Amino acid sequence: MKSIRKFTGRVEFYIGLVLVALCLLIQVRSGQFFTPNNIVDILSALVVPGIFAVGEFMVIVSGGFDVSFPALASLSAYATTKLFLNMNYEGSALLPLLVAVLIGAVLGALNGLFIGYFELPAMIVTLGTSSVFKGFMQGTLNSKQLAVIPQGMRSFGTSAIFVAQNAQSGLTSRMPMTFICFVLVLIAAWFILTRTMFGRGIYAVGGNAVSAHRAGFNVKRTRFFMFVFVGMISALAGMCRTCMMQQMHPTNMLGMEMNIIAGVVLGGTAVVGGSGTLLGCMLGTALIVVVENSMILIGIPTVWKDFFVGALIIIGTGISAMRVYAANRPGARSLRKEAAK
Amino acid sequence: MSEYLLRAVDIVKNFAGVKALQGVSLDIKPGEIHCLAGENGCGKSTLIKVISGVYQPDGGYIEFNGQRYTSITPRESIAMGIQVIYQDFAIFPNLTVMENLAFNTELAAGHKFVNKKRMRQIATEALSKINFDVELDRLVGSLSVAEKQMVAICRALMFDAKLIIMDEPTTALTKKEVAALFEIILKLKAQGIAILFVSHKLNEVFEISERFTILRSGQLIATGNTSDLDDKKFTFYMTGREFEDVKFKPAFEAEKPVLEVKNLTVPGAFEDVSFELKPGQILGITGLLDSGRTELSLALFGLRKASGGDILMKGQKVTIENPRDAIAAGIGLVPEDRLSEGLFLPQPISDNIVISEIDGLSGALSVVDRKRRQDEVDKWVRDLAIATPNPDNACTTLSGGNQQRIVLAKWLACKPDVLILNGPTVGVDIGSKHDIHAILQRLANQGMAVIIISDDLPEVLENCSDLLVMRAGRIVAQLDPATTDEALVLQHMM
Repeated sequence: MKSIRKFTGRVEFYIGLVLVALCLLIQVRSGQFFTPNNIVDILSALVVPGIFAVGEFMVIVSGGFDVSFPALASLSAYATTKLFLNMNYEGSALLPLLVAVLIGAVLGALNGLFIGYFELPAMIVTLGTSSVFKGFMQGTLNSKQLAVIPQGMRSFGTSAIFVAQNAQSGLTSRMPMTFICFVLVLIAAWFILTRTMFGRGIYAVGGNAVSAHRAGFNVKRTRFFMFVFVGMISALAGMCRTCMMQQMHPTNMLGMEMNIIAGVVLGGTAVVGGSGTLLGCMLGTALIVVVENSMILIGIPTVWKDFFVGALIIIGTGISAMRVYAANRPGARSLRKEAAK
Repeated sequence: MSEYLLRAVDIVKNFAGVKALQGVSLDIKPGEIHCLAGENGCGKSTLIKVISGVYQPDGGYIEFNGQRYTSITPRESIAMGIQVIYQDFAIFPNLTVMENLAFNTELAAGHKFVNKKRMRQIATEALSKINFDVELDRLVGSLSVAEKQMVAICRALMFDAKLIIMDEPTTALTKKEVAALFEIILKLKAQGIAILFVSHKLNEVFEISERFTILRSGQLIATGNTSDLDDKKFTFYMTGREFEDVKFKPAFEAEKPVLEVKNLTVPGAFEDVSFELKPGQILGITGLLDSGRTELSLALFGLRKASGGDILMKGQKVTIENPRDAIAAGIGLVPEDRLSEGLFLPQPISDNIVISEIDGLSGALSVVDRKRRQDEVDKWVRDLAIATPNPDNACTTLSGGNQQRIVLAKWLACKPDVLILNGPTVGVDIGSKHDIHAILQRLANQGMAVIIISDDLPEVLENCSDLLVMRAGRIVAQLDPATTDEALVLQHMM
């Protein structure tokens, strides 16, 4: 009984419930949601936002906001693609991926330097670095849309783990190889956050940075390396996007940050830092992806997409805010005491 | 082996020209309970930080177990067995009890990966030191203040502590919790652990400590055995002033009550509360933390919705649904938590004083009359002796006692008929406490009706003309403070 209540009292439970309800609604209205190809399409659409969300999740848990990751991802992916095009590179995608991740680590370290060691607010710093990254890409690298990408990256983007087919319509969808990247990032983040002292340090810093320092955590170093890691996985997401789109569009990812933050917060991550789970973060992100991709299936024109995403954010965060309010309401305390008797 | 566990000798510490400590000494014997007292800003916290290694002293030295150090680092301090329990407990509300207890040890051991089994073991062992029983997987944020403090104490005990410094540990505790804390302190003493207990609460100092050290303005004023100390001396050492305890006697007897409360009920908080209040009276309302006393004050000020009962002002029935109604009816409230409910802390002192009467100070077109505003500000700063070089400084620059005076000034400026004060001297130093009491008595003698809600029994017994005791949402006793002592009040409270 107690464990059930513990389970149903969690934000993840409600967000999961909403997600299932939405999927069922779309299924009832269209009959097309639970078809193999649609499920694969949704999962494939989840890859890039999913990886970004993992990074943003870590930053929010540590008590800040990162708005620079789309620019960081664009810059790393653009520079890498351009470099390997100029080299006429013909090998596999592995090397470009590594180079991009390395660039991401350097750019993330820049964020980490200002936020960790100079103790500036993450939101302000990343607003600044976001502009710097964009400006560097458009000015110094003179970015233009790259219609072709190196062979290795192209085949990485188009190769499939398996192909799903819709029995009725005969439409097929490929489960992209990039999905493996997403899964690997998830596993790595889960391991870091729950199984290493560094990861617990991120939670501790987000809960109370002064206490974390007194307990013996190196707060500066924790923040710094977290941003390096976030830079790495953001760059990876940028490369996944480029490979899957078969072209490098330098401004295509910019502006994604708000929906990603929304998904993470919707999944129950506290905006003040310190609490939240990867499961919730993924459910919240999935909810946004489903709304963005499937409204068309129930006949709602795509122009309404932003409206529904917005409504979802307000309702979702509103519900959790109300639950917090109800729990802290004066009088609730004595009532609970009564119940305990 | 010297007689003393710790000696801080002639410690000097300056901050940008401000002399925070001017040659202060403190001696602590092994296994003793030592009380460090002093008003806000006297240098208590600075001294603790020097001992725990957070600050490096500019002069003097520290001797620990006969070993002499000119300065120590936080790490050395911990290694020597000194643990500080800060007022905020330095805990992580978002993490479990287990993690809160085990992090320090795990980090000190340099472990890179989380090992739940080992952490559980560490945590269980820590809790067993004071036989504290709490679920290891609970989030610390869901614990009560007292339980959080126990977690902090358990954590401090894990490092072979020889000296535990507690920085005002009783501030947010109820009477029962304070008693439980004192029991633990005695238990620790029995294990040979010395306790440095920082407090400015008279009764606690007498109850728990064996020896005391009192600081004032960065100087050592007195040190010795608590048994040689009495109320009068203690207050004098703390403030440098002599106070006479004036028992409040109403200067006049009014005919008609200004406020009548009849069968007032707020579901879940209190029920069927009735009393009346005449001008010139000071009514005390006391009770335990969950007795409904705070809710009663909020209901009278329109912050809690009553489900039944009447409130009459000067014989007229009034409806009070929000603070604006209350102010219009002539009721003012000085809230329990002045920092979050009573003041705009970052704003200037002057603005805080005039905020409630701002409508009255505006002339044509609702533009504030600057000269009248300035006159009003000057008058209150003078009348209430608010210690500030410039009324346009932010409230954050003031001590607790002076902040409380501003909250008072704010209400007095609206000239209410009834002024309700919830915990008027919580967190206020002794000198200001006496001043505030004097102000309240003067106000009553000038014809205001005052309600003091407080669990500081000497405070209500001394300053009130009538006393109501609440328990579990009901008024259980009406006492005459002149013929009542603390034990009797306590009996009714429990």
